[in-house]
Amino acid sequence: MNKTETNLSISAANGKLNTNQKLGLALGIIGLFIIVLSFLNINFQNTTIWLSISISSLLLGTYLYANGTYLYRPEGISNNNVFRSSLTNKGVFAWSIGIVLTLFYVALYWFPSYLGLGENGAPNKGVVGLFDPLSKLLNGKPASQWFVYGTLYTVAILGLGYKFIIKYRHNKYQLVRTISVMFFQLGFAFLLPEILEKLNPGKEYFAKDLKNMWPLNYYFFNDWHLKGLLNGGNLGLFMLVFGIAMIFIISPILTYFYGKRWYCSWVCGCGGLAETAGDSFRHLSSSTQKAWKIERWMIHSVLVFSFVTTIAVIFTFLSNNPELSIITKNQFIYGIVTFLIVFTGALYIFKRKDLDKDAIYTLISLCVIIIISLAINLYSNNQNILFVDSYKLREWYGFAIGSAFSGVIGVGFYPLLGNRVWCRFGCPMAAILGLQQRLFSKFRITTNGGQCISCGNCSTHCEMGIDVRSYAQKGENIVRSSCVGCGICSAVCPRGVLKLENASEKGRINSNDILLGNDVNLLDLINQK
Amino acid sequence: MEHVVIIGNGISGVTAARNIRKLSKKKITIISSESEYFFSRTALMYVFMGHMKMEHTQPYENDFWKKNNINLVFNHVKDINSETKTIYFSDETNLKFNTLIIASGSKPNRFGWPGQDLYGVFSLYSKSDLEKLEELAIGSKKAVVVGGGLIGIELVEMLFSRNIEVVFLVREKTFWNSVLPNEESLLLNRHILEHHVNLKVETTLDEIISDGFGNVKAIKTDSGEIIECDIVALTVGVSPNIEFLKNSSIDLGIGVKVNSLLETNVKDIYAIGDCAEQMKPNENRKNIEAVWYTGKMMGETVAQTICGKPMEYNPGNWFNSAKFFDIEYQTYGWVFAKPKENEAHFYWEHHSGKIAVRISYDKNNRKFLGINTFGIRMRHEFFDAILIEEKSVDFVMENLVKANFDPEFYKKYEKEITKLFTQQNLTLNI
Repeated sequence: MNKTETNLSISAANGKLNTNQKLGLALGIIGLFIIVLSFLNINFQNTTIWLSISISSLLLGTYLYANGTYLYRPEGISNNNVFRSSLTNKGVFAWSIGIVLTLFYVALYWFPSYLGLGENGAPNKGVVGLFDPLSKLLNGKPASQWFVYGTLYTVAILGLGYKFIIKYRHNKYQLVRTISVMFFQLGFAFLLPEILEKLNPGKEYFAKDLKNMWPLNYYFFNDWHLKGLLNGGNLGLFMLVFGIAMIFIISPILTYFYGKRWYCSWVCGCGGLAETAGDSFRHLSSSTQKAWKIERWMIHSVLVFSFVTTIAVIFTFLSNNPELSIITKNQFIYGIVTFLIVFTGALYIFKRKDLDKDAIYTLISLCVIIIISLAINLYSNNQNILFVDSYKLREWYGFAIGSAFSGVIGVGFYPLLGNRVWCRFGCPMAAILGLQQRLFSKFRITTNGGQCISCGNCSTHCEMGIDVRSYAQKGENIVRSSCVGCGICSAVCPRGVLKLENASEKGRINSNDILLGNDVNLLDLINQK
Repeated sequence: MEHVVIIGNGISGVTAARNIRKLSKKKITIISSESEYFFSRTALMYVFMGHMKMEHTQPYENDFWKKNNINLVFNHVKDINSETKTIYFSDETNLKFNTLIIASGSKPNRFGWPGQDLYGVFSLYSKSDLEKLEELAIGSKKAVVVGGGLIGIELVEMLFSRNIEVVFLVREKTFWNSVLPNEESLLLNRHILEHHVNLKVETTLDEIISDGFGNVKAIKTDSGEIIECDIVALTVGVSPNIEFLKNSSIDLGIGVKVNSLLETNVKDIYAIGDCAEQMKPNENRKNIEAVWYTGKMMGETVAQTICGKPMEYNPGNWFNSAKFFDIEYQTYGWVFAKPKENEAHFYWEHHSGKIAVRISYDKNNRKFLGINTFGIRMRHEFFDAILIEEKSVDFVMENLVKANFDPEFYKKYEKEITKLFTQQNLTLNI
C-alpha cells in the first residue's frame, strides 16, 4: 500500500451537528412543542391532525438524529465523550430533563387534572384531550392520563429503540433483544390491551397486558382487580389463569433456561424503557460495594412488602367474597404456610452453600415471623391477617412503591442515578427472578481465561452497577442475581473476555484460576461443552 | 515481623501484595510516585475518550488497602542500599525493608530526536502523561503520532475522539507488519483508513521543529516533508524504569536481571513485571515482556516464593489480545509474521475484509502452533488445552465450533473456514 492522504472533512467528526442531526432535532422539538402547547390549554381545532404531526415528528426526528449521530462512523462501540457531555454526565442538561420528567410523573400520578383529564364526566382538555382521537380509535373511549402515558412510553421505546439498534448495529445480540422489547411494548403492552378493551366493552377494568405479571403488577390480587377478572367473562378468566401460570410455571421455566434476562431485558416494559430511552445513562449506575449493599436490602424489603401486602389482600378478598372463590381463607393460609416452609426448607437444605450467611438468617427469621403472625391472627379470627388493615397496606404499597418508586424515582432520575434505579433497588419481580437466577438457572457470564486487562469498561457500563471487572480479572464466572443480561459488558470489552451463556449448572458458580499453563484434560473439556 | 516492601503499584506489584497477604501476615508496603491508589493503566485511553472517569480505572475501592492491611506510600524512590536494606526517598526520608520487590514498570523510549523536549511533545504511559495530554488537547488542531504499534494506534483513536486531525507515521509498509503477517496487517491498514486517519506508511521522524518559543510547530519526516502540528506523540516502545537502581549493587542489564525464581543477584531482592529481565527466558518469549498478564503471573509467582514455597516463573502458552479502533484481535500460541521453515499457515478472511483467522501449524507432523483471530472471539481455555496436549491442526478444525466465544446470535463462520481448509488441503495432497 502506498502512502495515503485522506480527506478529513466528514460530518459530525468535527464536533458540530450535521444536517441529519439538525433536521432530527428540529422535528423532535416540533413534536414536543405541540404537546407543550396543548398542556397550556391551547385548544387545537383538529386534534387528530396535531396529534399525528406531533407523534410522527417525534419518531422521524429521533430516526434522523440517530442516523446522523451513528451512521457516519464505522460500526463499533460509540461511547466517546459520554463522561464529558452535559446530558450524559449529570450536567445542566441532565438535571433539567430529570426535573421535567419528575414533575411530569408527579402530575401523572397525583394531579392528572393538570394534564387536562376531565374529571367527573367533564370532557378532556389539554394534553389528555390531544390524545382523545387515538384513544377513541383504539379502545372506543376518550383518553385517560394513562393512555397518554402509555402512548408516549411506546413512542419513546420505539424511537430510542431504533437509536439503540443503530448505535449497536455491529452486535446481533443487541439487535435481536431490542427488536424484542420494541415488539412487546407496541404489541403486548400498548395495542393488544387497548383493542381487547374495545372488544370487551361494558366490563369493569382489569389488566390486559399478558406479560405484566405479579408482583410487578402489584394490584393483580387486589379485590377490585380479582372481581374484575372473575366478572370479566372468558377473557377475564383467561387473564387470571394465564397470570397465575406466568408466576408459577412459565416464568420459572424460562428463568431456569435463560436467566432473568428473558424478562428484564427482552420483554418487560420497565426494562424496555431503561434499555432504549435510558441507554444514554447506563454508565451512571454506581458500582460501589456500598451501593450493592443498599440494593440488596432495598430490593428484598420491597419483595417482602409486596408479598405481605398480597397475602393480606387475598385474605381479605377470600373473607369478603367466599362465593367467588374456590378455596376458603383458611385453606389459603395453610397453603401459604406450607409454601413458606417448603420453600425456605428446600433453600436451606440444597442451596445454603450458595447463599451468604446473613441472607440465610434473614430468610429464615422473616419466614418464622410471617408464619407466627399468620397463625396468631388466624386463630384469633382477626380480619387483618397481618395486624394491619389490608386496604391501608395496599394503599401504601401503591403510593410508595407502585407510583413514587417505579415512576418518579425510577424514570425521573434516569439522568442522575442511571437507567435501572427501579429495576435494581425496587422491583419485587426482579428480586424473585434474581433469586432464581442465582440459585436455579443455566445462565451465567463466562470469562475468557486470562485475557482480562482490568480496564473497567464492563463495570462502568453495567446498568445494574455490578462490578463485573472484579469477577473477570479473577477469571471467575459472573452469576449475580441482579444481572439482567443486557450484554453490554460483553459488547464494550476490548479484549473479548465476556460471554453470556446458558450452559450446564455444573461448575457454574466457582472461581477458575487464571490459566498459568496448568494441565487441563482436553477431552474432558471438549466433551463438557 | 518481616517487612515486604514493593516499589511500584502497577498490576505486578499489586498482585504480589495481594497474594502475599493471602498467604501470610507479613507487613506489606507498596510505594508509588505515580498515583496514590492502584489503577489500570490500560484504561487511560478510555478516560481520555470520555468512556470512563479516572475513578473507574481503580479495580479496588480506596478502603480495600486498609481492610487488607497493606500500607501505601506515595513517594518517589531515589536510591536503594541493599547492604543496609534501606530505601531513600527524594524528600530525604527513608524506609527499611527485609524483603524488596522491584516492580517499577517501564518508561517510554525517546531516541534523541532534535526537538524532543519541546512543549507539545509527549508519550503516553503514566497518569501524569494523560494529564499532560489533557492540557495539550485544549485548542489543538493537528497532531502527529509517531510509531506504528499498539500504543500508537490507541493514541490516534484518542486524539480523534477530541476532533483533532491526526497524521500517523508508521515505519513499516503496512501497520504493525513486524508482528502481523501481510494479510492481517493490510486488514488493519484498511480499517485505519476507513476511520479517515491520515496514515503515512514507510515514514519515520527526522526532526521536531520549534516555533522559536519552545513549542512544537511542525515535524520533518525522513522524506523531508514538513507537517505542521501542535502535538507530537512519540510511541516507539518502552524500556524498564530502573534509573533509581543505578547506584545500588543490583545487577542491571536493560532491566533488572532475574533468574527463574525472579530473584536478583542480591538476596531478598526480587524484580517482577515490565522492569524484570529474564536471564533465561522460555522458548520464543522475550526476556522483557511488557504485557499485562505476565506482570500478574510474576506477582503471583513471587508471592509464593516469598511466602516459603519457591516457585519458578513459568508463563505457559503465549496469548494476547488488542483492539484496533473497532476490530478486536486475539492470539493464542505463536503465529509469526513470516512462517518458520517447518511452519505452514492457513488464512481465511471474510468478504467484508474485517474478519479473519490465521492458523499456524507444523508442516511435518501437523501439530497446531498458534492462531490469530480478527473480529472473532475465541476461547482461551480451548486453545490452551490444545497447545498443552499438542493436538493437530485437523483436530482444531474439527472442533472449531467449540472454540467460538462470540456473543449469542452472532453469525458463525466455522463452516466457511473449515471448508476452505479442506479445499486447500485437498489441493495440497493432489
